[in-house]
Formats: sequence, C-alpha cells, structure tokens
Amino acid sequence: MIAFQNVTKFYNGNGKGTETIALDDVSFKVNPKEFVSLVGKSGAGKSTLIKLLVGEEGPDKGRIIFGSYDVNKLQPKELPSLRRHIGVVFQDFKLLTNKTAYENVAFALEVAGRPDKEIKDFVPKILELVGLKEKVSNFPKELSGGEQQRVAIARALIHNPDVLVADEPTGNLDPINSADIIKLLLTINEMGTTVILATHNKDIINNLERRVILLESGKIVRDEEKGKYILI
Amino acid sequence: MLTNLSRIIKFGLQRFWRNASLSTATIAIMFLALIVFGGINLFNVISRTTLTSIQDKIDISVFFKSTTPEDEILKIQSTLKAMPEVKNTEYISRDKALEIFKEQHQGDETITQAIDQAGENPLLASISIKAQDPKQYQMIASFLGGDEFKNSVEKVSYDERNSQMIDRLIKIIDTTRLFGLLVTIFLTLIAVLVTLAAIGLAIHSSRDEIGIMRLVGASNFFTSGPYIVEGITYGLISAILSMIILFPIVYFGSPYVKVFVPEMNLKQYFDSHFFLILLQQILFGIVVGVTSSVIAVRKYLKI
Repeated sequence: MIAFQNVTKFYNGNGKGTETIALDDVSFKVNPKEFVSLVGKSGAGKSTLIKLLVGEEGPDKGRIIFGSYDVNKLQPKELPSLRRHIGVVFQDFKLLTNKTAYENVAFALEVAGRPDKEIKDFVPKILELVGLKEKVSNFPKELSGGEQQRVAIARALIHNPDVLVADEPTGNLDPINSADIIKLLLTINEMGTTVILATHNKDIINNLERRVILLESGKIVRDEEKGKYILI
Repeated sequence: MLTNLSRIIKFGLQRFWRNASLSTATIAIMFLALIVFGGINLFNVISRTTLTSIQDKIDISVFFKSTTPEDEILKIQSTLKAMPEVKNTEYISRDKALEIFKEQHQGDETITQAIDQAGENPLLASISIKAQDPKQYQMIASFLGGDEFKNSVEKVSYDERNSQMIDRLIKIIDTTRLFGLLVTIFLTLIAVLVTLAAIGLAIHSSRDEIGIMRLVGASNFFTSGPYIVEGITYGLISAILSMIILFPIVYFGSPYVKVFVPEMNLKQYFDSHFFLILLQQILFGIVVGVTSSVIAVRKYLKI
C-alpha cells in the first residue's frame, strides 16, 4: 500500500528567494492492484509526487509510506532497495543510450545481483510481452518513440515490482502508440501490478474509467472511482 | 560479489568500447600527460647523473711531509675512512705520484730531464679524499689542518680559491636540484589536472546515464564501478602508448645526451629500467584515471 500523509513540497526558485509550492498538504492512499490516474495541468504537482515516491526528492512536510518503507526517512544507500519494488516509466524514456534493448532491461536485474540464468530466461520473455521480440539487439536510437517506451516499460516490469509508476508515458508519442502503451499498462494491471499513471491527456483518462486523482496547484481537488478528467 | 564485480568490469569495458570517439579523445589527452610525466622522470635521471658526475669530480688532497713514514700515513687514512663524512680515500705514495707525473708529461722532455736532474723524488705522498657531501670538505680540511697532524701533514689542498669554487658548485647543484623538483611538481600537477578535466568532461556527458542507473535501482558501487573501470582502462592504454613513444625518443636521443653528459647512457638506463618505468607510467595513469573518475562520478551520485 502507498500512503501520502499531509505531504508538502516547496521549490525555492533557483535561490532567487521566490518559493513555489509544488505540493500542498496532499494526502491519499493507493491500494494494491489499483490503477490510479494522477491528472492535472503541467506544473500541478504530478511529477513531484512521483519524485517523492521513488525518493528522488524529499518532502518539506508530511510522510510517505510505501509498503514497509518510510520513504522520506530512508538513507541514500537504502534507496536502491526501495526502487527495486517500484518500476518507473518516464516521458523521455530514460534509456541507457549505449545499451541495446535487451541490455537496458537486463541492467535492472544485473544491478540487483540476480543470477545470469534468471536474466537470460526473463528478459526475452518480458520483451516479448511488450512486443519487442524482434528488436532485442537494437540500440535506443534505432527504435521509434513507442518502441523506446516499451523498452522502458519492460525494464520497469522486469523486477516484478509491486507498483508501476508511469510519468506522462505517452507525452512524446502519437495517438496510436499512446493507445498501445495504455493498453499495455492495463494488461500489466490485470496481471496484479498496481499502476499509477500521471498524465494530462484528457482522452486517455476518460476512456479508462478508473480511479482519477485531480491535482490543481499542488492540491488534490478531486479523487473519484471511475473518474473523468474534467477541468475546473 | 564476484558476479557484481565481473558485471561492473563488463559494463566499464562496454562503455569504453561503445563510446569509442570519447575514449579516444580522453586517451589522447592522458597520453600527452603521461609523456610529460615520463619525460620529467627521464630528465630527473639525466640531471641526477650530471650532478653526481660533477660531485665526483670534486675532491681534496692532503699532502704529507717527505719525512712522514708510510705507517703514519696509512693510520691517518684509516682514521679518515672511519669518518662518516668521508665517502672514499685513495693513498698515492711518493713513487706512485712520480709515476703518474711522468706518465702525464711523457712528451715533455724539459720536465722529464728536470726530474731526472733533481736526483731525489721531489713529489710528496698524498691521500685524495672524496666527501659524502661537498658541504663537508670544509670540515674535513679543518680536521686535517689541526694540531694532531701538524708534524705529518705538509698541506691540505683546500684554500680560499678552492673553497670558493666548491661553494659555487654546491650552490649550482642545490639550485639545479630545487629547480628540478619544482619543475617536476609543476608539470606533474598540470598532467594530473589535464587528466582530471578530460575524464571529468567524459563523465559529465554521461550524467543523465548515472541518474538513470540510480533510478533503476543501482547502488553507488554499481553506478560508479564502470566509470572506475573505464578510468583504469584509460590509464593502462595511455601508459602503454606513452612507452611506445618514449622508446624511440630515448633510443634516438641517447647519443645526444651522451655529448652533454658523457657518464649518462640513457639507452642502457631505459633498457635496464624498462619494467620499472613501465610500472611507474601505468601506476601514474591508473591512479590519476581512477581518482578523476571517482571525483567526477561523486558529483552525480546524489539522485
């Protein structure tokens, strides 16, 4: 289970003395196997929320719980262990450019110290699941945006994580590739993984008919089961 | 642990190979730095040999009265040998001195005749003394000029002019040593800084990659390891390349060095110290390469 308890996060505007509030007293829970969409305009606080969840940044106030982890109390050396329970997919894919599709996915297992045999068994299977069986030896620059995002999803899934967090995964993709990625996320959710999808794509949300949390200027303004993305 | 280590080595070599242009540029800069480092070391060897050869040319002699018995002279030689300041001594008897003198003036009939006419050997027995340090000649000369040896010693060849010349040589040797040390420190520092900047830039271009590794769950050890392996590879290859270039330079340059410093056979020195020089170059390359990598990666490990 994931819980954000009265979380507040400020950014100090590059030391110019102007403080911006990114998250303002945000509280919510996500249950196991849920599919939750975080929606809101750019700058509403969606990405900040994800950064706080994976420990990339710390909150100024409040508490973040992920399973048995008290995220904001973790030491830097404890973060890798947390991150192996959360698969993250980014808008800009964040693939290692000098590694092939296979190596990018395998890397996530290699850093966790998993045996070679397991890696050789799992990686082709997960690449097949995301539809990239034929592109295992291609480098990111040799793949389309949609294919790169599939590699990123495969990498996020390879640990069999409890949660898959997707931050604007369709932001750089055309509508057809976007629809395919969302379909893939739904399949992953049906297989038992909690999915948190941050997006500002109205059409995607309205077709999903899943839980929607709407963020506006760092505050949660609506949290609905089978919600729609309605701008206030 | 062994699996992790082998994976880190694999990633490091993979990075090195796949970023071929960046690796080549970094190696080129490190190679230049190592040529400077190797050059300084060879320069130091040449200057050390030069200074030692100058030092070896300095000595003082103590001449004994013609009445002083040989036993007495040999006793004084033993006393001198026992002094920690004395490096070595050489006893030249009156007969030996005459022999050397005749040999040196073989072609000069006037001198040969003059010696023959003199009947008796006019030359005095002497001990030539070399000190451990040129600064100690003054002390040795005063010791021999003391009352203890007043009856045996005729004179000590350490007068005002002599001492001034030795003092001047001491100053030249000291200044050259200090200058050599300063040049070594300065150029080594520049070589280190240039390498630091080159590797720093190479790693700076991978800062996003370091962030991604961290977000995928790689520990600090796993994230920085490949960059350290890359640093070792840079150092090793640059060191070997620098030796390949230093080798012909030394071979062709050795006869020219011999013209200035006859005691220095650079080629022979390079051959007999090849593995030591290679080890020095490799160690310098690896230590600087690894240090630069660690410093550069640390900056981006905060995510």
